Amino acid sequence: MLTITDCSVLKAAPLGDRQASKFFLLRLNAPGWTAEEWRPGQFVMVRPVAWESDLPLPRPFSICEVNKEELGLFFQVMGKGTARLGTLRAGDTVRVLGPLGNFFAMEADRPTLMLAGGMGLAPFLGYAHRHPKPQNLSLLFGHRPALDSYPFERLRGLGLLKNYHEQKPGDLRIFLQAVDESIQDNARRNGLILACGPMPFLRAVRDMGKKYGASIQISMENRMACGIGACQACVVKPFVEGGSADRPLPPVFRQGLPVPVCTCGPVFWADTVDLD
Amino acid sequence: MDSGPDKLAIAIPWARGLLGLRNPVLAASGTFGYGVEYMPYGDLAKLGAFVTKGISLRPMPGNPLPRVAETPCGLLNSIGLQNCGVERFISEYLPCLPDKGVKVIANIYAHNLEEFAELAGILSAETKLAALEVNISCPNVEAGGLLFGQDPQSAGQVTAAVKKRSGTLPVIVKLTPNVTDISEIAKACADSGADMISCVNTLSAMAVDVRSRKPLLGKGIGGLSGAAIKPVALRCVWQVARAVSIPVIGIGGINTAEDILEFILVGAWAVQVGTANFSGPDMIFRLPTELASRMDELGIASLESFRGSLQM
Repeated sequence: MLTITDCSVLKAAPLGDRQASKFFLLRLNAPGWTAEEWRPGQFVMVRPVAWESDLPLPRPFSICEVNKEELGLFFQVMGKGTARLGTLRAGDTVRVLGPLGNFFAMEADRPTLMLAGGMGLAPFLGYAHRHPKPQNLSLLFGHRPALDSYPFERLRGLGLLKNYHEQKPGDLRIFLQAVDESIQDNARRNGLILACGPMPFLRAVRDMGKKYGASIQISMENRMACGIGACQACVVKPFVEGGSADRPLPPVFRQGLPVPVCTCGPVFWADTVDLD
Repeated sequence: MDSGPDKLAIAIPWARGLLGLRNPVLAASGTFGYGVEYMPYGDLAKLGAFVTKGISLRPMPGNPLPRVAETPCGLLNSIGLQNCGVERFISEYLPCLPDKGVKVIANIYAHNLEEFAELAGILSAETKLAALEVNISCPNVEAGGLLFGQDPQSAGQVTAAVKKRSGTLPVIVKLTPNVTDISEIAKACADSGADMISCVNTLSAMAVDVRSRKPLLGKGIGGLSGAAIKPVALRCVWQVARAVSIPVIGIGGINTAEDILEFILVGAWAVQVGTANFSGPDMIFRLPTELASRMDELGIASLESFRGSLQM
C-alpha cells in the first residue's frame, strides 16, 4: 500500500554519547499501518514539512520499528539533511511516504541468520519483532562506533545475538570469519540469510554465500531521489540469466536495463544483481 | 474558495489550432516517469499535462552511479536518459494511462536527425499523445558532439526534421540554458516550424567532495535543477518570450503557485514542475487549486490578462 502521512514527531532521540551523537532514533506518531500494510525490509521517504526548497529531497530510511503508537526510524547524521532531522522537536510534522519497496522473506521454522554491518542493523529490529519464532533467528552485528550508538539492546529473545566491535585493524577479519562460519552453518541447515550494511560487506557476504550455496537476501541503499521508480537514480544492474524454479527472476530483470532499487528492491536475492 | 477549472483553462495556439489544457501546470520530463508511477498519488487528469521521461529509439542503460546529488536549493543529476525505448513505451506504458482526460506529452531524444525524425514518425501515430517535446540538449554525433541545442543551425534542423514527421501533434522544442544567447536558438527553432518552446533544461553543473576528492556524481558533470535555477530560468523565459511569437512554457525551480505566476508574468503560457515532484509525489496535484487561490488573493482576473504583463 502506498500512502503519504503527516506524522508528528514524538522525539528525535540521540543514542550513545548524548552531547555529540550522530545516531538518532526518530520516533514518530504511528502512521496507522496495520500489520498487513508493512513488512520488515521496506522503507519510507521522510521529509519535514518545514523544509522548503532548500533541501528538495526526502530521505529514505529503513522501517526500523512499528507498533500501534509509533513508527521508529534509525539514522546516522551524514550530511545537512540528516543533521536537520536530528534537531526535530516533539510536535514537528514530518511527511512520510511509504511503506515503499519489497521486503525480506520470512519463514517461521527456517533457521534465519541476520547479518548487519553498522546502520544495516535498522531493518532487523522490525524483522525480529515481527517474526513468529524469534528463537529461530540469529544476528551477527559488526560495528565501529560504540555499541550504545545503536538500538542493539532492543533486540531480545533471539536464538543468538552477537556483536563485533571493530576497534583496531584485524577486528574486521574476526567479524568476517564469524560471518563466514555462520553462513556455512546456516547453509548446511538449509536456512535463510538476510544481510544489510555497506556495499563491501554485502559483497563479502555474497561471496561467502556462493561458496556454501546459501540462500541470501541483501538490502541495498543506493542514493535515491523519488523513491517510487520514476527517476532511475538508485538503479542496480540485474543479471538477465539465473534465478531458480522456486524464485524466478522478476520479468523486468530480463530486459537488460538497470532496475530501480526503490521499487524492485531494496531487498534482492544476492545472486540476482551485480554488486560489482 | 475554488475558482473552478475554467479560470485556469488555457488554449495554446499552434500552427494547426489550439492545444487545450485544463490548467497551466505540467509535470516536467525526467521527474514524472511515464506518469503511471504517480497515479497512486493523484489524478493525472487534474494536471494540465505531463511530459514523459525522455524516450529514445532504442533502450538506453544510463550513466554510472551516483546519479543524483542534492545541492543547496537544488538537485544535480546525471541519469543519462536511461529509458526503455520507444517500442516498450508504446506497448507497456501508454496502455496503462487512462484513455480520456489525461494529456500526455512525449519527450524525445536522439543523437542524429534521422533518429529524431523516426521517433517523431512512430509517436505521431499514437492517439493518446497531445504533443511532442524535443530534447535538444543532447550531443549531435554527426556534428562532432556539440549539443544540438547549442547551435542555432542544428537546433533548426532538428526542429524541421521532427516537424516533417509529427503529423497532427504540436512540436515543443525544449531549450538548454547552457548557451550564450538563448533567444538566438529560440528564433532558429521558431523559424524552422517549432510550435512552442519550453525552457529551460538543467544547467550544466558539478559538485565535489574535498574528503574523498571525488565528484558527487559518477559522471562528474551533471545538470542542476530546483529552486536554485529559478532566476536563470525566469531570465531565459523572459528573453525567449520577447524574441519569438510562438508560445513559451516555463521550466526551472517551480515549487509554489507564486512561482508559477512569476513565469506567467514574464510571458509563459504554461509551466512545468520538475524537481518538486521528488519532494513529494502528491505535491504537483495540489498546485492548480493553490494557483487559483493565489490568483484570487492577488486579484488576478485571468491568466490571459496577467501573461507577459511585467512592468519594466
